[in-house]
Amino acid sequence: MAELNTDGGGGKKGGGKVRSKKQNSKVDLTAMVDLAFLLITFFMLTTTLSKPQSMDLTLPDKEEDKTKEKPIKVDENKTLTLLLGENGKLIRYMGMLETPLAAPKDFSYGKDGIRKELLTRMEQVKQYSTAKGEPGKGMIVIIKPSKKSTYRNLVDVLDEMAIVGVNKTGSYAIVNEFTPEEVKLLEVR
Amino acid sequence: MGKIVMKKKSTSTDMTAMCDVAFLLLTFFILTATAKTPEVLPVDTPQSTVQTKLPADNLSTLTIGKAQGKTVVFFDLKGKDVRKKALEFMADKYDVEFTEKESEEFGLMESFGVPIQNLKEILNMKAADRSKAGQPGIPKDSLDNQLKDWVLYSRKANIEVNNKELNFAIKGDAKEQYPAIKQVMDLLQDQKVNSFNLVTGLRGKNF
Repeated sequence: MAELNTDGGGGKKGGGKVRSKKQNSKVDLTAMVDLAFLLITFFMLTTTLSKPQSMDLTLPDKEEDKTKEKPIKVDENKTLTLLLGENGKLIRYMGMLETPLAAPKDFSYGKDGIRKELLTRMEQVKQYSTAKGEPGKGMIVIIKPSKKSTYRNLVDVLDEMAIVGVNKTGSYAIVNEFTPEEVKLLEVR
Repeated sequence: MGKIVMKKKSTSTDMTAMCDVAFLLLTFFILTATAKTPEVLPVDTPQSTVQTKLPADNLSTLTIGKAQGKTVVFFDLKGKDVRKKALEFMADKYDVEFTEKESEEFGLMESFGVPIQNLKEILNMKAADRSKAGQPGIPKDSLDNQLKDWVLYSRKANIEVNNKELNFAIKGDAKEQYPAIKQVMDLLQDQKVNSFNLVTGLRGKNF
């Protein structure tokens, strides 16, 4: 089908009769297709096909805290605090630090570490709330990133919140204040 | 009985249709392409499993990364007209004159990280040289807080041009320490921008 006309077209050969040769109208498209696909590949790779991903983060209004200074009462049975430390250290405790419901313990990031813990704790909180007659109220997670923690740690924890679905029933918040005990806790181990 | 003659099959195929498709795709990609410009401040974003996409317009990106051993912040604003308007406000505030050509150039530029006094030099550079220029980041300390003004005036500019509130995205380097990120978050919160996006990369399924 697609053959390149290699002979001299309708040229004169030798001293023969001048004959109008029927031209082959088909052109070899192989090279053209090659080029086209090369360019397609180039454009596909250089195009930013997908927009970068992002994670929504809403922080509480700063001003309000200063003026109203209204302490919000939180049930200690429902609060879980995560302390983010240096070199990927992650400590969680339940309730108040002085009288913890679950003593501070180190965890690792990821599905075998903190996620399992979060899920079991969420289940516990759910049972607790149901027993108290307010089944809608879930766990409250307090995230405390220390000065030594990295941005990756923060995003990892926020991601964990999204995976576990803390927001569906309870809530989470980023808190920057550290008590001296908490600082000590991060330094010790 | 006639001899069985194996008919010699032609090995060449008709490429016309293939060629058509190839060029159709090529045209599509060329038209939808927005060339990936090299990032002025390359950062390694942390990864997450969240699938929300970053909005394409009404967006300003604050890139936090390391350059020459220091934590620097670069500023980027989407939309040519918004950028020009924001530059106008900033020029007024800091008494820096920009020519029409420079303002035009600023409209087309990507993110930058220089004090406004040095912005002219960057604008007069070729696009390829800008990333090599070693931009020192936008001043953000209490004495000379230009980043705050950039944020404020770009919000103003966006409201004037697009009549919409500007969204902010924070694109931080994963290894950056939390206080550096917090400083930028605080800066946004001081202006009552309490909601923003954190730019992340895609994480594998089995995290």
